[in-house]
Amino acid sequence: MLGKLSWEAIPYDQPIPMAASTVVGLVIIGVLGWVTVKGYVPYLWKEWITSVDHKRIGVMYCFLALVMLLRGFSDAIMMRSQQALAFQSPGYLPPEHYDQIFSAHGTLMIFFVAMPFVIGLMNFAVPLQLGVRDVAFPTLNSVSFWLTATGALLVNVSLVVGEFARTGWLPYPPLSELKYSPGVGVDYYLWALQISGVGTLLTGVNFVTTILKIHAPGMTYMRMPMFCWTALASNLLIVAAFPILTATLAMLLLDRYLGFHFFTNEAGGNMMMFMNLIWAWGHPEVYILILPAFGVFSEVVSTFSRKPLFGYRSMVMATMVICLLSFTVWLHHFFTMGAGADVNAIFGIMSMIIAVPTGVKVFNWLFTMYGGRIEYSTPLLWSLGFMVTFVVGGMTGVLLAVPPADFVLHNSLFLVAHFHNVIIGGVLFGAFAGYNYWFPKAFGFRLDERLGKAAFWCWIVGFYVAFMPLYVLGLMGMTRRMQHYDVPAWHPWLLVAALGAAIILAGIGFQVAQLVVSIRHRDELRDLTGDPWNGRSLEWATPSPPPAFNYAVLPQIEGEEAYWDIKQRAFERLQLRDEPEYREIEMPRNSATGFVCAFFASFMGFALIWHIWWLVGVAAFGAVATFVVFAWRDEVEYIIPAEEVARIDRANRSARRAVLEQMRVAAQ
Amino acid sequence: MSGAAATADPHRLGRSSGLRHAASENAGGGLRAKRIITGYGFWIFLLSDIIMFSAFFATYAVLVGNTAGGPSGKDLFDLRNVAIETALLLFSSFTCGIGSIGAETRRGSWFYGAMSVTFLFGAGFIALEIHEFAGLVAQGAGPTRSAFLSAFFTLVGCHGLHVTAGLLWLLTMMAQVYAKGYRADILRRILCFSLFWHALDIIWVALFTVVYLMGAGQ
Repeated sequence: MLGKLSWEAIPYDQPIPMAASTVVGLVIIGVLGWVTVKGYVPYLWKEWITSVDHKRIGVMYCFLALVMLLRGFSDAIMMRSQQALAFQSPGYLPPEHYDQIFSAHGTLMIFFVAMPFVIGLMNFAVPLQLGVRDVAFPTLNSVSFWLTATGALLVNVSLVVGEFARTGWLPYPPLSELKYSPGVGVDYYLWALQISGVGTLLTGVNFVTTILKIHAPGMTYMRMPMFCWTALASNLLIVAAFPILTATLAMLLLDRYLGFHFFTNEAGGNMMMFMNLIWAWGHPEVYILILPAFGVFSEVVSTFSRKPLFGYRSMVMATMVICLLSFTVWLHHFFTMGAGADVNAIFGIMSMIIAVPTGVKVFNWLFTMYGGRIEYSTPLLWSLGFMVTFVVGGMTGVLLAVPPADFVLHNSLFLVAHFHNVIIGGVLFGAFAGYNYWFPKAFGFRLDERLGKAAFWCWIVGFYVAFMPLYVLGLMGMTRRMQHYDVPAWHPWLLVAALGAAIILAGIGFQVAQLVVSIRHRDELRDLTGDPWNGRSLEWATPSPPPAFNYAVLPQIEGEEAYWDIKQRAFERLQLRDEPEYREIEMPRNSATGFVCAFFASFMGFALIWHIWWLVGVAAFGAVATFVVFAWRDEVEYIIPAEEVARIDRANRSARRAVLEQMRVAAQ
Repeated sequence: MSGAAATADPHRLGRSSGLRHAASENAGGGLRAKRIITGYGFWIFLLSDIIMFSAFFATYAVLVGNTAGGPSGKDLFDLRNVAIETALLLFSSFTCGIGSIGAETRRGSWFYGAMSVTFLFGAGFIALEIHEFAGLVAQGAGPTRSAFLSAFFTLVGCHGLHVTAGLLWLLTMMAQVYAKGYRADILRRILCFSLFWHALDIIWVALFTVVYLMGAGQ
C-alpha cells in the first residue's frame, strides 16, 4: 500500500534533523494558522497563488529563493562548524549525516536559491523593461513557478521522511547507482530536479519567446536594456542545456528503477558518459546563473553613475559570445578523466578564452563609472563588491583551467573556494543588488539603506574571511567533503573559515532586520513617483508598485534608454507628455492550473520516491486532467475598463507633475 | 525623478543614435499576433525536445558497441517491421497536414476524417513498436541485458512515448473541436499539435537511420 514507506523512514534517533524539522514545522503551522485566523487566505489565493501576473510570480520566486537561502545557509554553518571541531575528533555530525548536508547545501543553493532568484528578477523586470503587459505565456509562467516550488518541497521533505542523497550535489555514478546508494536519498534528488527542471525549461521557452517576439512599439533588439539581453542569453541557455539534464537524470533513474546499464560498472555501462552529459548541462548552467547577474550590475552601475552603460554594443556581443562559448568548455570539470593531452589542452584554452568577454564586461562597468556622478547606494555597493570579488574568482578559475594545475588542485578546497568565489561574489551579490534595486518598484517603498549597507559589509568581509583560507587549505592538500581530519596545520585555517561563516550570518541577520525595519517604516520610505533612483530604463516609467497592466498605453520607443529620454524632455519643458487616450485593457485571468498541477506533481514525486505506484497513477492522472480542464475554459481574459485605467494612470501622473512643479518653483 | 536634472552625457561611446537602427532593423518593436507568438514559442519548445533526443542519440552512439557479450543490432533488428512503422508515421504526417487544412477551412469532414486516420496510423506505429519490444524482451534481449540495449530501448522508447502523448493530445484536440468549435485558441493548439507531429517525424528519420539502418548494416 505505501511502498517502501514506513515509520522507520523518520530519523527519530538523530536529534539535529528532528529538532530542525520540528522548528520548521512549528513555523509553518504558525504562519498558516496566523494567515487563516487573520482571514488572509482568500487574498493570498486570489492575488498570489493563482496569479498569472509576471510581477507577482517574480516576487514569489524571489521569496522562495530567500527562504531556501536560510535553509542552505544553515547547512553551510553546520559544515563549517563541523570542520572547525573535527580535528582529531569525530565532531558532532556523523559521516552519513554530514554527507547529506553537503549534498543538500549544493543542491539547494544552485537549484532553489540561485535559480529562483535570477528567474524571479527576470520575471519581475523583463516585461516592464520591454514596455509590455506580460510574458508570452502567463499561465505557463505560473506552472513554472509552482513546479519549482514542488522541487524545493521534496528536497525539504527529505529532511524528515527518509534521507537525502549522500553523493554530492551532482550524483556521480557508480556511487549514485542502486548498488552503492540503496536508500531513497538519490531518488529524492532526482525527482525533485526532474520536476523543477520541467518548470525551468518552460521558463526558458516563455522568456525566449517574450524577449524575441513581444516588445513595445519601437523597442528594437539594439534598444533593449542590458538586463533583457542577458536574460535572453540565459534563457537560450536554459532551452539548450536543461533538456540534457533531463535526459541524463532520466538515464540514472532508469538505472536505479528498472535495472538499465547506462552508468553501471557491469554490462557495458559507462559512468564517464554521466560526467560528460551532466557537465554539458552543468557548465552552461553557471552562465544561466551569472548572465542575469551581469545584467543587474549593468543596470545598477549605469543608474548610480548617472551615465548610459559604456560600450552597450560590445556588452551585447560579449553576452552572446559567452552564451555560445559556454557549451565548449565542459570537459574542464574532469581533466583527470584521462582524455589525453590534446583534448585537455583544447578545453583548457577554451576555458581561458571565455574569460575574455567577461573581461570586456568588467572594463565596460569600470568605464561606465569613470567620469560619472556616483551615488554609493546599497545596490551599487553590491556591484562594486562583485567587481573586485569576481575578478579574483575569475583568475583562480583561469588557474584551474590549466590542466597540469588542475591535476594538482582538482577535488581540493581550492576548487570549493573558486566556485564560491564566483557564485557568491557573482550570482548572489547580483541577486542582492537586484533585490535592493527593484524592491521599491515591487512594493512601493525602498529598503533601509543603513541596514542594507551593514549587510553588505558583513557579507563581503565574511566572504573573504571564510573562503580565502580555503584557497590556502586547497594548496596544502586538503580535499573537499572531509568529515574529519588529523592534520594540525589545517586546523587554524578552518577556525578562521568558521569565523567567516559567522560574519556572513551577521550579514543575513542584517538583511532580515532590513526587511522588517523597512516594512515598519514603509511610510517614510515610500516611493511616490515610481522613479526612486533616477532610473534610465522603462520600468521606472510605471508607478510603484505597477498596476496589473503595467502601462496604461504602450510606450512608443524612440531610442536607447527609453525612459531617460522621456524624462529629459519632461525636465526641459517642465511638463509631462500629453495625457493619452485611455482604452480598456484585456488581461489574462487568474488560473489555479499551476498550483493544482504542482499539488499533483508533489504527490507524484513523493510516490515515485517511495514506490507507491497507485498514487503515482492517481497523481499523474490528476496533473494531466488539470491541463485538460484548463484547456476547456471559455473565458481566458478579463477587461479592465478605461475609467479604471485612467484613474490609476492619472494618480501617477499627478505625483510626477508635483515633482516638476517643485522644480519649476526652484528654478524661479 | 529624484530631483537634480541630469548632466548632459558626453560619453555615449559605443552607442548609436538609435535612429539609424529604427530604419534598418524592424526585427523588434510592436506586438505580434497571438498565433505567431504561440507558434514561435512551440518551436522553441520543440528545439529543446530535439536537444533532449540528441543527448539520447549521443549516449546510444557511445554505448552501441557495449553489448556485454549479448546480441548486437545486426542480430536483432527486423527492417521489414521498421519499414512499415516508418511508412505509417510518414503517412500520418501527411494526413495530419490535411487535417490542419480542414481545421483552417473549417471543414469538419476533412478535419475529423484526416485526424482519425492520423490517429489510426499513429496507433498502428505504436502497436508495431510494442510488438517489436515485446519480441526482444521475450528472446532475452531486454533493456537490462546490456548497455547497448539500455540505450536502444531508451532512445526508441522515448520517441514512442512522444508519439503516445501525441495520440492523447490528438484525441483531446478532436474532442475540443467537437465541443467548442474552431475557436482561435483551439486552432492555435492544432497548429502546435501538427508542429509536434512533424517534429516526431524528423526525429524518427534520424532514429531510423542511426539506429536501424546503420545497426542492421554492421
